[in-house]
Amino acid sequence: MTATPAIARLLSEPAAERPWQEFWRYFRVNRGAVAGLMIVLLVVLVAVLAPWLAPYAPDLTNNKAFLLPPAWQAGGQWAHLLGTDAIGRDMLSRLMYGARLSLLIGVAVVAISVIAGTALGLLAGYVRGVFEIAVMRMMDIILTLPSLLLAIVIVAILGPGLVNAMLAVAVVVLPHYVRITRAAVIAEAARDYVTAARMAGAGHWRLMVSEILPNCAAPLIVQASLGISTAILDAAALGFLGLGAQPPSPEWGTMLADAREFVMRAWWVVTFPGLAILVTVLAFNLLGDGLRDALDPKLKN
Amino acid sequence: MLRFLVTRLSLVIPTFFGMTLLAFFLIRLVPGDPIETLAGERGIDAARHAVLLKEYGLDQPLLTQYGIYISKVLHGDLGKSVITQERVVNEFLALFPATIELALCAMLFALLLGIPAGILAAVKRNSLLDHGVMGISLAGYSMPIFWWGLLLILLFSVQLDWTPVSGRIAVQYFIEPTTGFLLIDSALSDQKGAFWSSLAHLALPTVVLGTNPLAVIARMTRSAMLEVLGEDYIRTARAKGLSPLRVVALHGLRNALIPVVTVVGLQVGVLFTGAILTETIFSWPGVGKWLIEAISRRDYPVLQGGMLLLGLMVMAVNLLVDLTYGFINPRIRHQK
Repeated sequence: MTATPAIARLLSEPAAERPWQEFWRYFRVNRGAVAGLMIVLLVVLVAVLAPWLAPYAPDLTNNKAFLLPPAWQAGGQWAHLLGTDAIGRDMLSRLMYGARLSLLIGVAVVAISVIAGTALGLLAGYVRGVFEIAVMRMMDIILTLPSLLLAIVIVAILGPGLVNAMLAVAVVVLPHYVRITRAAVIAEAARDYVTAARMAGAGHWRLMVSEILPNCAAPLIVQASLGISTAILDAAALGFLGLGAQPPSPEWGTMLADAREFVMRAWWVVTFPGLAILVTVLAFNLLGDGLRDALDPKLKN
Repeated sequence: MLRFLVTRLSLVIPTFFGMTLLAFFLIRLVPGDPIETLAGERGIDAARHAVLLKEYGLDQPLLTQYGIYISKVLHGDLGKSVITQERVVNEFLALFPATIELALCAMLFALLLGIPAGILAAVKRNSLLDHGVMGISLAGYSMPIFWWGLLLILLFSVQLDWTPVSGRIAVQYFIEPTTGFLLIDSALSDQKGAFWSSLAHLALPTVVLGTNPLAVIARMTRSAMLEVLGEDYIRTARAKGLSPLRVVALHGLRNALIPVVTVVGLQVGVLFTGAILTETIFSWPGVGKWLIEAISRRDYPVLQGGMLLLGLMVMAVNLLVDLTYGFINPRIRHQK
């Protein structure tokens, strides 16, 4: 029996791509997303290696070097590349240690809200009925209030501080995850494979967690990567308002709050922490956009 | 249309009660009882404590307290500020025009710049201009606006000395609030230079608050326009020999604006959030700054009432946008 050329070609084609290979093929062509990934990796590297990279301890004061300008400006010293702040702490070292806090905030907030949001959304979409209505109404209310306002009120009640700020931001972004999960669960629960699993005798827990949940992962991953940037931005805003991490913590938003009164005479204490926030948030947004394009089958081709 | 109206309105009522519930219980979560919080550091003796507890109705069961709270709210009574003893509603209403003026100007700035930028980017797709607009838009979307404000102050107030750093108008002017919008009031007044002073004070806050919405609107306009430009009726219009300007401006833009209207509605919450930061940076005497000050003074009635009122404002605007949207787009109205 001789195979036709078409069949022969089919047979000689390489094996089907693994999912992550396919993902990487789509992701790679998006130059912005790759740049975002690089910057994120760089920030992670700086954060992890901060104790070895930073020339000084983040809270080491030096009473001989108040408000030193960056090294390339007149009066600057190469020992303090980005200058010093009002009590002589090295800006570069503080920014490096600050990267740890910002990443920690981003990851922790997203972790809390993804876990709680997925659980609530999964239950709401699976159980339906009164529980669903109650949960979704609550989420609507949270979404109606201006996000920072609600976060501020929560922090005002719990008391200022890094942990409470993270909790507040997690509550504020929760509705996005609940909504996405619920919508995905409702769409998936009607599929044949779920019915088949139910016929095969799978219990509620098994249906929810091992059948439905894995198939809702893509939109959640996308939302989570975009959510890190929102979390960093919101937590920095709380820090700026004096409600987030407290001084002398080198959190970037808190550093900006400290620097506010020197805006007239020391541009560097104001400029660099904000630049760090902008670049990090921008990188996570680029990465998130790239993930969405690569993971969302509707936009493929 | 009536059916649509009734469904949307009926959704508002549970949201309203949910919000009062949230406002009521969040404040109850404050550690220590409210009387002790009121008394502050000085402390309070037991007899006076009991009297006050009764006076504020705090000896009642929680559910009864909530009932009393709701009936007060429905009568427009949101309590008094602990610090100034002024009614919360009155303080809010006195400061709200400043916030609205700022928010409206910011939205206008975002629309006037964002829509043309989005259209240009869509029409010149994949050109340098398109990439430029999208790049700037991404930066604007990622911008920590509290830092953006400080940078602009650094450049325009400190370096160039073009704009003032804080407030709504220079101190030598006293403008009687007629509309509450200082831009209009100062233009109507006969004080020389008052209008320019208020305009100069408004410029930087407007740019700062408008940056996030500008980025979102430019992005949204571009993608809506791209979608519309691929439609058959655009091809037909082109085939008829209409000028490119006419095709884009009349046939394209009208249809592309529908999703943009929705986005504008959604930006109201974003604007209030931004207003809190912007007002803090520029010492703008609005609702946002008032709320932040209430926190540092532990003025919980102000916090509770302010949150509820701002939430109601957002709810009202969302409802209005929903209704307008149903009005322009029949497909939405007839949906279940």
